[in-house]
Amino acid sequence: MCGIVGLFLKDKALEPELGRLLTEMLITMTDRGPDSAGIAIYGSEKQGTAKLTVQSAEPMADFSALESDLQENLGASVSVSTKHTHAVITVNENQLDTVKTILSEIRPNVRVMSTGEIIEIYKEVGLPKDVVNMFDVSTMKGKHGIGHTRMATESAVTTMGAHPFSTGLDQCLVHNGSLSNHNSLRRKLIKDGLQFETMNDSEVAAAYVTNKMNQGQNLGEALEAGLEDLDGFFTFVVGTKDGFGVVRDPIACKPAVMAETDQYVAFGSEYRALVNLPNIENARVWEPEPATVYFWEHS
Amino acid sequence: METIDLQTQGLRALNSTLQNTAEVSTQEYTIVNPQGSHAIAVGLNSPIQVTVEGSTGYYCAGMNQKASIHVNGSVGPGVAENMMSGEVVINGDASQYAGATGHGGLLNIKGNASSRCGISMKGIDIVVHGNIGHMSAFMAQTGNLVVLGDAGDALGDSLYEAQLFVRGTVKSLGTDCIEKEIRNEHLQTLAKLLARAGADAKPEEFKRYGSARQLYNFNIDNASSY
Repeated sequence: MCGIVGLFLKDKALEPELGRLLTEMLITMTDRGPDSAGIAIYGSEKQGTAKLTVQSAEPMADFSALESDLQENLGASVSVSTKHTHAVITVNENQLDTVKTILSEIRPNVRVMSTGEIIEIYKEVGLPKDVVNMFDVSTMKGKHGIGHTRMATESAVTTMGAHPFSTGLDQCLVHNGSLSNHNSLRRKLIKDGLQFETMNDSEVAAAYVTNKMNQGQNLGEALEAGLEDLDGFFTFVVGTKDGFGVVRDPIACKPAVMAETDQYVAFGSEYRALVNLPNIENARVWEPEPATVYFWEHS
Repeated sequence: METIDLQTQGLRALNSTLQNTAEVSTQEYTIVNPQGSHAIAVGLNSPIQVTVEGSTGYYCAGMNQKASIHVNGSVGPGVAENMMSGEVVINGDASQYAGATGHGGLLNIKGNASSRCGISMKGIDIVVHGNIGHMSAFMAQTGNLVVLGDAGDALGDSLYEAQLFVRGTVKSLGTDCIEKEIRNEHLQTLAKLLARAGADAKPEEFKRYGSARQLYNFNIDNASSY
């Protein structure tokens, strides 16, 4: 069992509230997943820049001189903003890959959680309320976001095993369920050049979607293909720079509820995750159909 | 009438109050602020009238005996699971496995029900005013499932003797489920159920589905169907 929440804002006036609303939703899902939690926030774009969100088990040692060390090796300016065990590194978008390479050399123990123009991912082991407080998620602004509370079934309870998983620029995936063919799929994806951090089944699903999109498919097509190729139980919520998508396997035993108003589209594993959203009593509330791809993009 | 605020009184106190009424009590209770909580009004065993103002989570009205429970909202998975008697009315949609294993009483869903509605039902009557999802009435044994809208894939898979009535389309029938002739006795059953559920439909508009009775006992010729 796991808990998923997601919020896609149509009304810009709600953007300053995104972190606060997602925080409440995520904490409500604690008893579906008390062992770790994570959140992906899609904030505003800053022309010409890209971000890496990184994590360290020893943030004091790794992050205190990170900005100057990176600048020295890169010969260009970067900015590092630290949040507990995570740090967001903002760089010139053309230097993203170079910074990643330098980072792996000068800070080999630092793990990359996400890269992209706007995505930031924060995830840790612990109760959802502790994880969101650690990163001050309630003050974060953004256009859409996805959160996950984990009750592990397929692999170890570690920071890297927590969701969301990000395997491509501005992409992330969260999963409730279990896949049965993830080992064979992982081997195929490795041959296609994808890299894996864990033995987790959900990371394979994330990489599968990334691989399909690298081959030119859009998110909808990638998720449709996943219905054929991924074997097992799943409710996925997938984030991209422009929006989020939802898909459930044909058996659809993993719960999912959606709500839509003029202001937002919301996802919850259960309705109780949605009860504090503005004007929820007048929202259109429904269950996503099995084996059906849903997707919302900012216009 | 007594009003109980779930957020201030808590779930255990609520269910304890509802379960410990006198055996013949017809007291009315209104539950406010359900906020999608699980296991609201479960295990009731007297003819009390309970109204829930708002949507609920898992297992609302489970194991009901005698009580009449109305939810003015939608319900999560497993509503009225294993109901023995009484009535549960949902003025909204129901999630997975509504009325699962129910032995008696009436489950009246005014909106849609999703997958596995009436799975393994054993005598309960279920009326769904909207549509039902896939694998509904799987291994259903006795009782009636009436659907005013459409049914999803694999309706009545491995069905025993429950009667299924669908007014709209059926996406596909499950193994050993077939369309059957609708006779006078079925029309009478339907008329009674539709009237009880306040459904705006005529018995003649429905098709009846039941068991082909080919899977009851192992038969080597059916090996491919198992």
